[in-house]
Amino acid sequence: MFEACADPKAIEGLTWGICYLTSAKHLQFYWSFVTVLLLLAITAPTALGMGFLGATAARSHIAPVSWLGKIYIWMVRGVPDIIFFLFFVIALDQIIEYSKSLFVCQDHAWPWQGLEFRVCPEAKVPLAKSSAFWHQAYGFMLAVVTFAIVFGAFVANVIYGAMQAVPRAQLETAEAYGMSRAQVFRRILVPQMWVYALPGLGNLWMILIKATPLLFLLGVKDIVYYARELGGSKTQAYEYPHGDWRLWYFLGLMVFYLLFTRVSEIGIARLTRRLSHGQATAAGEALRKAAA
Amino acid sequence: MSMTCWETIQAYGLRSIGIGENLLPRSEFTLCQQFTLIGSGLIWNLYFGVLALTFGFFLANAIALARAARNPLIRKPADWFVFVFRGSPLFIQFFLAYEALVLLPKGGIDILGVHLDTAWTTRAWAGALFVLFLNTAAYSAEIFHGALKSIPKGDLEAAEAYGLTGWKKFIRIEWPTMLRLGWPAYTNEAIFLFHATTLVYFSGFPAFAQKGDALYYANYFADKTFNPFIPYPIVAFYFILLTLVVTFVYGRVNARLNRHLPSNTRSKIRLRPNLIR
Repeated sequence: MFEACADPKAIEGLTWGICYLTSAKHLQFYWSFVTVLLLLAITAPTALGMGFLGATAARSHIAPVSWLGKIYIWMVRGVPDIIFFLFFVIALDQIIEYSKSLFVCQDHAWPWQGLEFRVCPEAKVPLAKSSAFWHQAYGFMLAVVTFAIVFGAFVANVIYGAMQAVPRAQLETAEAYGMSRAQVFRRILVPQMWVYALPGLGNLWMILIKATPLLFLLGVKDIVYYARELGGSKTQAYEYPHGDWRLWYFLGLMVFYLLFTRVSEIGIARLTRRLSHGQATAAGEALRKAAA
Repeated sequence: MSMTCWETIQAYGLRSIGIGENLLPRSEFTLCQQFTLIGSGLIWNLYFGVLALTFGFFLANAIALARAARNPLIRKPADWFVFVFRGSPLFIQFFLAYEALVLLPKGGIDILGVHLDTAWTTRAWAGALFVLFLNTAAYSAEIFHGALKSIPKGDLEAAEAYGLTGWKKFIRIEWPTMLRLGWPAYTNEAIFLFHATTLVYFSGFPAFAQKGDALYYANYFADKTFNPFIPYPIVAFYFILLTLVVTFVYGRVNARLNRHLPSNTRSKIRLRPNLIR
C-alpha cells in the first residue's frame, strides 16, 4: 500500500508493523467487518418482517394459517439454532437448484440419487462459469436468508407474546366503537405492542450480534475466517513471516464484540426510556414522577 | 453384507467414545446407522451439558454473591467476568481458549518441582468443558444476581424480626428465595446450554479419531450423502427429547422450591429463547 512497504523483508519495527497491518490481506480482513455489519443491516429488518408475519399468522382465525405460524414459532424452541443454520444453508441451495431444474432441464429425474445431489449443469446456481464474486455473493445471500428465517422465528415469538400482552380491554373497547378486526389490529394492537416487545427485541439484537461469527460455519469469508488465516504462523516464504498469532487476532475479535454489545446495550436502554414516555407502565410512571 | 439394525447399534452405539467399530459407515448410510451414530454423539452433549451445569451452578452462586458485595475489590472482578462472558460470542470464546491452550508448552510445565502435563487441556473434553463451565456460570450468575435483588423486602424484614441475621438469614431465607425466583430463567439457561454444546466441535476443538457429538455426526452424514433432509431432522428430534427431559427435571426442582406456596402464586417455568451466546 505504501512505498516503504515494497520490500517487507528489509524493514522492521514500527514501519514493519504499519506495513503488516495494511497488507492486502489485512485490508480484506477489515472489509470483512463490513460484511458482518451488512449481514446485521439486512437481517435485522428482514427478521423483523418475518417475525411480524409469523406472529400475525399465529393469531389468525383460520386454523391452517394459525398452525403454520405456531409451528414456525415453536420450531426454534427445542432445537439448537446451529442445526437450523447448517440445515438451511444446504437445504435452501438444493431447493433453489431443484426448482430451477424443473424449468431449465430436459430430464426431470429426482436429484437425490445415491450419494449425490444431481441436477443438470444449467440448473446450477450460480452457474459453474460465473465469476468468484457471484459464488461469494450467492453464499452470502443464502446465509442472510438462513439468518432471517431462524431469527424471524425468534422475533415472531417475541411479537406474539407482545400482542398477547396488550390489555384485552383496549381491544374490546375498540370493538365496541365498531372497528373491524383489521382496524383493531392496525390502530390499537400494533401501536401498543411495541413497548411490550422492545425488551425481547433488544435481547434478540444482542443475540443476533453474537450469532454473526456463525457466518464462518456457513462458508462465508467473515472475520473469523480471516482471523484464522492471518493469525496462523507464516514461514519465511511469506512476505511477513511471524509465529502463531491467532490468539491475538481472536482477542481483537473479542474486544470488537464486547464493544459492540456494550454500545448496543446503552442504545437499547435509551430507546426503552424514550418509548416508555407517556406509557401506562411502571417505567412510564417512573419517568412521569421524575419530571414532576 | 449389510448389517441388521441391531448389529449396527452394537457397532456404533458407543462409537462417539471410541467403543465399537472403528471405521464410520462409508456407503449405504441407512436410517438405522444415522439414528445410531447421531444418538451415540449425544453422549458428548450430555457430558458437556451435565458437567458444565453442575460445576457452573456453584460458581454462579459465588459470583452472584460477589456482585452483591459492597467491597468493590470483590464486586468489580465479578462484574467484569459476567460482562466478558455474556458480551462476547461463545463461538469466539471457544476459539480464543483453544488458541491460548495450544500456546502452552507442549512438554508440560514444571512448577515448584511438580510436572504438569498440558497436552490434555487442548482436548475438547477438558478445554471446551472449561469454557462452557465459565460461560454458563456467567449467564447463571446474572440470573441469580437479578433474583437476589428482587427478593421481597418484607421477607428480609420478617427474617430479622425472627432474630435471623448474617449467615443464618442468608442460608435459610435469602438463598432459597433467590433460587426460587431465579429458577424459571435458570431452566432456560440449562436448556440453551445443552444447545450450545453443539458448537464445541465446530469451533476449533478437533474431534480426535472422529469421536464427536450429535451434530458432528449429523454433519458427517449430510456431507457424505448430500442430503441434509435426513440427518438434521434426526439430531433435531434428539434435542427435542433432551429439552423435554431437562424441562421435566428442572420442573421437579421448581415444584420443590415452590412447595410452601399456595398453588396459584407458584412461579411457572416458561420457555424463553436465549439461544446462541
